[in-house]
Amino acid sequence: MSLLMDQSAEELECGMDNPVLPFLRKDRIPHIWCPGCGIGTTVNSFCRALGDSGMDLDKIAIVSGIGCTGRTAGYLNLDSFHTTHGRAIPFATGLKLANPDLKVVVYSGDGDLTAIGGNHFMHAARRNMDIMVVCINNFTYGMTGGQVAPTTPLGPTQTTMPFGNFESSFNLPFLADACGAVYVARWTVYHVRQLAKAMKEGLQKKGFVFIEAMAPCPTLYSRRNRLGDGVDQVKYFKERSTIKNGVDTKDVGLTYQGDIVVGKFVDRDRPTWMDSMNDHFGKVLGDKYETYGAHHG
Amino acid sequence: MSDDQQRKGRGTVFVKEEVCKGCSYCIDFCPTHALEFAREFNAKGYHYPVLGRPDDCTGCDNCGLYCPDFAIYGARWKDIDEKKKAK
Repeated sequence: MSLLMDQSAEELECGMDNPVLPFLRKDRIPHIWCPGCGIGTTVNSFCRALGDSGMDLDKIAIVSGIGCTGRTAGYLNLDSFHTTHGRAIPFATGLKLANPDLKVVVYSGDGDLTAIGGNHFMHAARRNMDIMVVCINNFTYGMTGGQVAPTTPLGPTQTTMPFGNFESSFNLPFLADACGAVYVARWTVYHVRQLAKAMKEGLQKKGFVFIEAMAPCPTLYSRRNRLGDGVDQVKYFKERSTIKNGVDTKDVGLTYQGDIVVGKFVDRDRPTWMDSMNDHFGKVLGDKYETYGAHHG
Repeated sequence: MSDDQQRKGRGTVFVKEEVCKGCSYCIDFCPTHALEFAREFNAKGYHYPVLGRPDDCTGCDNCGLYCPDFAIYGARWKDIDEKKKAK
């Protein structure tokens, strides 16, 4: 059966193919994301990061929750699982503890990770679980119809906030930093190269890695607030963002169409949950204890 | 395209017209503004990008980095020639 993503005659003649295709399930493309949605661009960056990191693809697993971003697990050509709503991090934790040689990536949206899965997020960061969390922040619940999310800034209209949002929003890098994540970065869909680099660093970092990627939601968030198309939001990201690496995460909160601070905010080392467990049991039980997953961390 | 005489610029782009959703990311963020919307549209009714100013294309693959639908990527002529030789 011929697929839409198969090589064209022109490509066959030159022996060329899209560099991200080895990381995608070709038969699933075209994907369901709307025209102008930024999630596809972040997946593109993630594929580049996978390629650049040179890691064995059999040693990487991707877990995602429910929502538009949750579809990612189905499009990547890795071992993947599409979990129940908000439970991507607990599933990933189990996966990591049962297979210590796996690099587990959680790829999910802001609603899934910080609303219904908020508690799991906090506790995985507190324990310093060795997983990488990529949070695509589009300021709304996309798949269910544009309800107000914990990341929606003050002001914009949502289906459940017809007169504008009055709830304070989360500052996600600050939340992750305060809970103890060892790597915290925020980039937007405009910063594709930096996002790919951050994802590559995250894949190689040991501990709880949190990367926030801001993406436009043209169908619900932008259209409802008359902010134009997806590309207009990306132009806003371009114009109003400033790169400040290592800045205090307290100062990187987002406002409605206001200034955006992007960059790598935190990069530190802390013993992971498994290191702490091995250390502790080694001390308490002595020679009786057999170190678990020590060679892989 | 195989003929060196017809080559323009330092690179070119490959577009999968049927996968494109016409979001215009590649057109708006092309560093040399070499891309533009086609007059034609695909089966779903989206205008896909074409290399309107091939002289300006450097094959930098910025369009490929931005494309949310994996429908476009750029390549330099020298890399294409290497691939051809390796084939």
